[in-house]
This record gives sequence, C-alpha cells and structure tokens, in this order.
Amino acid sequence: MYSEKVMDHFTNPRNVGEIEDANAVGQVGNPKCGDIMKIYMKINDDTKVIEDVKFKTFGCGAAIATSSMATELVKGKTIDEALELTNQAVAEALDGLPPIKMHCSNLAEEAVHAAIINYYENKGIDASHLKSCTGDCCCCSHSDDHNE
Amino acid sequence: MTKRIYVDNAATTKVAPEVVEAMLPYFTENFGNPSSIYAEGREAKKAIERAREQVATAIGADPKEIYFTGSGSEADNWALRSTAKALSSKGNHIITSAVEHHAILHTCQDLEKQGYEVTYLPVDKYGMVSPEDVKAAIKDTTILISIMFANNEIGTIMPIAEIGEIAKNAGIVFHTDAVQAVGNVHIDVNEMNIDMLSLTAHKFHGPKGSGALFVRNGVRLISFITGGAQERMRRAGTENVPGIVGLGKAIELATANIDQKQKKLTALRDAYIKKVLETIPYSHLNGHPTKRLPGNANISFEFIEGEGMLLSLDMKGISASSGSACTSGSLDPSHVLLAIGLKHEEAHGSLRVSFGEDNTMEDVNYIADSLKEIVERLRMMSPLYEEMLKNK
Repeated sequence: MYSEKVMDHFTNPRNVGEIEDANAVGQVGNPKCGDIMKIYMKINDDTKVIEDVKFKTFGCGAAIATSSMATELVKGKTIDEALELTNQAVAEALDGLPPIKMHCSNLAEEAVHAAIINYYENKGIDASHLKSCTGDCCCCSHSDDHNE
Repeated sequence: MTKRIYVDNAATTKVAPEVVEAMLPYFTENFGNPSSIYAEGREAKKAIERAREQVATAIGADPKEIYFTGSGSEADNWALRSTAKALSSKGNHIITSAVEHHAILHTCQDLEKQGYEVTYLPVDKYGMVSPEDVKAAIKDTTILISIMFANNEIGTIMPIAEIGEIAKNAGIVFHTDAVQAVGNVHIDVNEMNIDMLSLTAHKFHGPKGSGALFVRNGVRLISFITGGAQERMRRAGTENVPGIVGLGKAIELATANIDQKQKKLTALRDAYIKKVLETIPYSHLNGHPTKRLPGNANISFEFIEGEGMLLSLDMKGISASSGSACTSGSLDPSHVLLAIGLKHEEAHGSLRVSFGEDNTMEDVNYIADSLKEIVERLRMMSPLYEEMLKNK
C-alpha cells in the first residue's frame, strides 16, 4: 500500500532527532488522532536560511516518512522558500500516499509552518498571518488550538 | 524470501490440509446442486447434512438447530435482526456490550434507527462484562441479550454461562458471537443456556466465506434471504457446498484437539507476554491476565503508534495486528481499547499477537527480540517519549 520511497523514508528516516540550540521549534498534531510531529530548526538570522532541521514524530509509517521528506525538502532553503512547501509537494516527493494518509502530509506542512511562526515569535515579530488552520482537528493539527 | 512468522490467527487461519482434502471433491465430481433429486444432488445434500451434524456436535446442539451462513458477520446480523423483528410485539430493548465486534455494534445502531432501544454495557479494565450489570439492565421490554463469548482484540473470555443463566431465568433470548471462541474454548449451548450462537470456519482452519448460526429449537428465526427452500426456508440461495463441508471438517478437528491446543497456545502466549513485559519498559497487557483466549496477547507500548510496529515487524517476516487508527482505515483507535479505559495514545500503540498451532517457542523469542528493537527505534523518533524523559 505504500510506495518504495515511503518505505525507505520510514525505514531510514532522515534528520531524526533534536537540535539543542534550535531557534525555531514547532509541534503540531494531537495524540487523540494518533500523530504528533515536532520539528526543530536552526535558522541563520542574517540569511534566513534553514541551516539545520530535525524532527521527532509519533505516528504511523506515513507520518514518519512525510516528516523525513519534509525536513529534506526544507533543509538549506530560506524561510520564504520553506513556507511555500505544500502538502502535495511532500506527498509527490514520496511518489504518492494512500488517500487515507493524505492528512499525514498536512501535518508535515503545518509543522514546518509552526516552526517558522515560532521563529518569528521568538524575535517578537507578528506572524499571525502565517497561521493556517482548516479547523478539522483530525486533518489539521494545531494541537494548541484543539487539544481536548 | 525470509521465513514468515504468522501470528494473526485471530484475523484468519491457514486452512488445514485435511479440510482442503475434504472440500476438493465437492468442487469437481460431487458438484451437484443439493436441491436436485438425482445422484449428484443427493451426494451434495448428504455432505451438507453431515457438516450440520459436525457443527452441532461441536457445540452440543441438535443438527436441526444449525443454519449455514456466508460469514460470522452474517450470522450476527441475522440473529439480531431476526430476533428484534420476531419479538417486536413483546418489546424493543436489546442488551449488548461496548466491546462487541462491529457486526453486532453496527447492527444495533441500525436497529436503534428503526426504533429499538439498545443498552451498551460497559466493561471493567479487563474488558469483562459483569453478569450483575446484565441483570440490572433487564427491563420488561427486553427481548434480546447479545454478549460476545470472547473478545477479538484483547481476548477476554466473558462469563457466558452466568449470563446465560440470567437470560434463561428472565425468559430472554441470549445470543453470543462466538467467532473467536469456537475451537479455542469448550462450548456447550445447553450447559451455558445459549439460545443463539454465531461462528465462522476461517477462524479455526476452515475456509473463508462459510459460517453458521445456531438457533435453539423454539426460538423464532425469520427468513433472511427469500427465494428458495434452502436452510429450511430461512436462507435462500444454492448452498456453498465445499465451504460447508470445510466448516464441518474444520470444526470437528478443532474441537477434537481443543485441550492440546489450549495447552500449547497458552504456554506460547504466557511466555511471550512475560518476555515482552519484562524486557520492554512502558508496556502493558490489555485484557484479562488469565481469562483470555489461549493464543491472544494484546500489549500496548506507550509513546509509539501501532502501524509503525506492524510495518517494521512485517519487514522482519512477522505478521501481526494493531488497534491503531492508522491500520483500521478510520481516525479513531479501537473502541475496545477505549472501553477498557486506555487513553487514545495508548490505544494507538497496541499490538495484537495471536498464536496458532504452527508457532514455536523460537517464534516467541524472535518476535519479542524483534519487538524490543522496533519499539526502541520508534521511541527514539517519538516526541512523546522525549517529553516523558525530560519530565522524569
């Protein structure tokens, strides 16, 4: 049911772990729905390039694979480039996901956004315009907003 | 290909060679329609009646009380819908439990839409229904009690004889979904005061698509499929002769070996549970420690999600099952695990291993060792595990 690429990223996920001195941390998801993704970034304050990125994910095979792929896609990119990352792009880079698992790719997109919002907030910059919530708890994942 | 270790016998089992052998002639030389009066038809008819006797003997029933179906789910649907309709002038209340198979739960929900009232009894932390709760839930309008014999996910064996006695004393029809129990535990419908019982062949080394419903003499059974005289006018359609023959042979074999099977599977199960709980921290057994199906071990591993475990086990040649949402096609984890009080994240991280007679102690050790490695790997990736370590 999963593509070879998904299985590869599940078996050998890239960028797993934490960054001790991360200046951007985002966590999305909800244990109720069965997936949580936490993403750490080290963003260069001058160039705004994401120099390092790591993740930790509680979730199914697809959630782990999309986390891994999303971190690969944003590593070395600028914040603005990373914000353009869509869930479709993550899914396509994995040679597709089963329909029931598409919400996992939303999670990855949202985690990247959450980390960048956190970066701006740490700097005291208003980033509320970047928040994008579908309102559907189990397809979206702003755990802060929807934790029950 | 790596050696496969199959430990999902609660999902389905391998058909026994003797069963295949018994079925084969009914595809070819004995292909006749059992309703035909000539020799080929008579031969097929005889085979069905022999199977009916085999099923009846296995559960202590009379052959006239056995109706063949296409699955366990069909038997469940039939028992509930028929009894609800047949007794609708007497009342509209049904008692069942929160941990039933969906064949029961979804049928009950459907009956609710038709105006029936359903009580879903809660279970204790082991998944056990209390006979006192059953007794207390009975009203003047109660027409049916349906409690499963053994739970498919966590293996808990219900106090069926006690519930049967309560139902008998109250004059209420008692149905049990025994799909997981037949061939694993001794069943006597008379001793246990069971009025209706569902079973299916593929859970005890018989073919898929072949089930049966036991209906006690005197309990009304409304025809489910109209259009022919098969199954005493109750279920029209030309019989699945090879499937029925396979069911008969499989149930005969399964009940003949029951003590030996119980002994073997219980030893494997307990060794597995002991090893896993001892070697993997933050793991908990779901279901009753002793009153459980001999082959069933359901364990929750905190901080991780079940599908990742299944994929990783599969890569090591192990086939098992999980109560996680991601494996069910829905976003909700198992209703059974939630009913026994597990938190959503614990329910997402459950793994059901169900041993069969082909498994060995070597398998137990291999699975437990593989699992330790897999759980550790997934935990290293889990933000919940990280959080727990930091808060420690």
